[in-house]
Amino acid sequence: MEKKLLSGNEAIARGAYEARVSVATGYPGTPSTEILENVSKSYSETVYSEWSPNEKVAFEAAAGATTTGARAITTMKLVGLNVAADPLMTLAYTGVVGGFVAIVADDPGMNSSQNEQDTRLFAHFAKVPVLEPSDSQEAKDFLKAGLELSEKFSTPVILRTTTTISHSRGVVELSDPVELDRVHSFQKNPQRFVPIPAFARQMRVRLEERVEALSDEASQSPLNRVELNASGDRRVGIVTSGASYQFVKEAFPDANILKIGFAYPFPDKLFQDFANQVELLVVVEELEDFMEQHLRAIGIKTVGKKLGSENLVPKYGPLDVDVLLEVRRKLCADPTTSKYFETLEEKPLNTLDKSTIPQLPARPPVLCPGCPHRGVFYALSKLNVVVSGDIGCYSLGVAPPLNCMDTILCMGGGITVAHGMDLAKNDKPVVGIVGDSTFFHSGMTGLMDIVYNKGASTILILDNRITAMTGHQDNPGTGKTITGEETFAADIAQIARALGVKNVVEVNPGNLEETTAALKKAIASDEPEVIVAKKPCPLAYRHERKSYMHVDETKCKKCGMCLKIGCPAIERDANKRVHINDSLCVYCGLCKQVCKFSALDKIDVETSKGGLV
Amino acid sequence: MTIQTKSNESTSVVLVGVGGQGILLSSAIIAQAAISVGFDVKTYEIHGMAQRGGSVLAQVRYGEKVYSPLIPKGEATVMASLERSEALRYTDYLAPNGLAVVSDQIIIPVTVSSGACAYPDLDEEGLKKFFPNLVYVHAAQQAAELGNPRAANVILLGALSTKLDNLNDQAWESAIQKCVKPKFVDLNMKAFYLGRELAKKN
Repeated sequence: MEKKLLSGNEAIARGAYEARVSVATGYPGTPSTEILENVSKSYSETVYSEWSPNEKVAFEAAAGATTTGARAITTMKLVGLNVAADPLMTLAYTGVVGGFVAIVADDPGMNSSQNEQDTRLFAHFAKVPVLEPSDSQEAKDFLKAGLELSEKFSTPVILRTTTTISHSRGVVELSDPVELDRVHSFQKNPQRFVPIPAFARQMRVRLEERVEALSDEASQSPLNRVELNASGDRRVGIVTSGASYQFVKEAFPDANILKIGFAYPFPDKLFQDFANQVELLVVVEELEDFMEQHLRAIGIKTVGKKLGSENLVPKYGPLDVDVLLEVRRKLCADPTTSKYFETLEEKPLNTLDKSTIPQLPARPPVLCPGCPHRGVFYALSKLNVVVSGDIGCYSLGVAPPLNCMDTILCMGGGITVAHGMDLAKNDKPVVGIVGDSTFFHSGMTGLMDIVYNKGASTILILDNRITAMTGHQDNPGTGKTITGEETFAADIAQIARALGVKNVVEVNPGNLEETTAALKKAIASDEPEVIVAKKPCPLAYRHERKSYMHVDETKCKKCGMCLKIGCPAIERDANKRVHINDSLCVYCGLCKQVCKFSALDKIDVETSKGGLV
Repeated sequence: MTIQTKSNESTSVVLVGVGGQGILLSSAIIAQAAISVGFDVKTYEIHGMAQRGGSVLAQVRYGEKVYSPLIPKGEATVMASLERSEALRYTDYLAPNGLAVVSDQIIIPVTVSSGACAYPDLDEEGLKKFFPNLVYVHAAQQAAELGNPRAANVILLGALSTKLDNLNDQAWESAIQKCVKPKFVDLNMKAFYLGRELAKKN
């Protein structure tokens, strides 16, 4: 069969196609987003896919599909599983009919996440199997194996990836779709599907029996394998899983390895067998000491997160070969472990004296040129308010020079945290912020709470007509499905009114005066106020260039006012002369509105004499 | 007895720049060229929040068998930077005597415009202090002369190909054909060979 270079996410999408998954749902979240994007792009003929408003909805819809015997998957990032935890915990009780795999992408190092939770602990908590692929090929194979395991044991399964697995590409051998010709028909069975206490208690017993059976299955599963070295040296054995396996192979090329792909229920027999074959057992796992704690609990001596009282394998942040080489150096140097290891031949490193390198300017992620959020934050920065924020591109409003995001908790929290501050009678006015997709995700219930309990919060909904931060996915407000089909576009202002908010206004955040006036009015009000700042994300909705920004040097006083909006297209040289980087500028004209000397002007391409430079 | 790591058996390439400059195309072309001659390949790139105007890094590794998609320090045979100062952020990756191909293009970050940071005063001579094995290319200007400033990344690719001698011309050409739209193939081929000539002159 054909071989292709695929990312972990593309490989999982391919796996869904090969395993004849019928229904794929999800909510965008880095690093999981491209799974469903690829399903909809490449396999929509056989796999139905949809973006759900949130992970709970996505999880439940996929769970519903499996009760008919259909195979279903749902995708989310680590924190998405918190939202979907409710259905997960009980689906573990009722079990599934068609194969069900929830793909949860963890983000060690928090490249694009607000925390670093380890989904393996969630699998343990819910008592469901968790599989951990270590490259793209396994990402595809493990999805298929997970669906089969799910059907064999009637259990939901979690496929846990990490950023390195999701976003690295590797060579994957493709297969044809499996033969699977099913009639999807729900079979009535209340004792199985209705967890009223009398039935749930029976399910609870079956759940424990299933965990035990799955532990035996894990011990025999080909997803776990022992790799013994050819030299016959059995001093060191390393237990590892996921991406860490790849790093272990490079930093410990001489070790015996127990490579775990089926991590929970724990393969106790396999752990025991492997431990018996080696003298020193080292556990190398990214994030939590998930396997290590269990190994100790069943009486196996290991080193892992600690070597004596010293830290060994980091408990936070991503692992890589360099981190593991440092682990190896520590093991070689420690008197209790040095006898087990050969010293590593240290490769020559770049001898460059780093202290001679000039200080490099930071390049933090910033709001893009023309971002509609910029005007909102600039307006907010002029008011003496606390800003309760949310998850999305607008979290970048925290950065200088806008410095305008005071709290972020979770999806939808922009609204409810503001409500809480108001309940506590905070001494300054509070403005709660959510995005459009975030509002649909979990903002609506919070807004309802404010109205119901007679709050008076000011809520600003930044409607840029797309789920932007994750790379521009459609949502219930855009009027398009994941495949681009036209559909009903939910209207945020109408929803807010239906929830009981009397004062709802839509403003253009590109107009500073209008935005500031609406904010001032709302803050002064003693009723719930909703401002919908509506302007499309310029990256998602590109259009032909009609104008460009021009700096009139005779008028520019070099005051630096235009730099206060933090636009990447506005550059200033050593002589404090401002110029517009025409390749970045999308001529939104916000800079023109803050210039007090009319030095910045928006010039139409048609009317300009010289044309574009 | 001492043990050698497995890393040395792979060829590693680091590509850096600023989000939106097109380093992902270069990474895809290298990977495709390596696959076409039968190597195992892994690549890694940054997505999500880090992408928005930030410093970006793409990594490509190929060889008989590649384990880690992330390049260990001191392992990169070559590094290409689409932005003048960005290469300096990732010097750790470059092997001793590794080749650095750097474009003279400057992208001023907001932190410089706002006055919080300064852009380092760097020219070819300045960069040579840190990269003894340097090819300094006026890539954007030369790409514009070829007809499209966006081809700058492929000029750099041509320059770095001089150090990847386990990939032959046929592999590069077929990879370019596979990775760019048909109407841009000619332009990119020209850009690739121009980059190679510039590196050879060096």
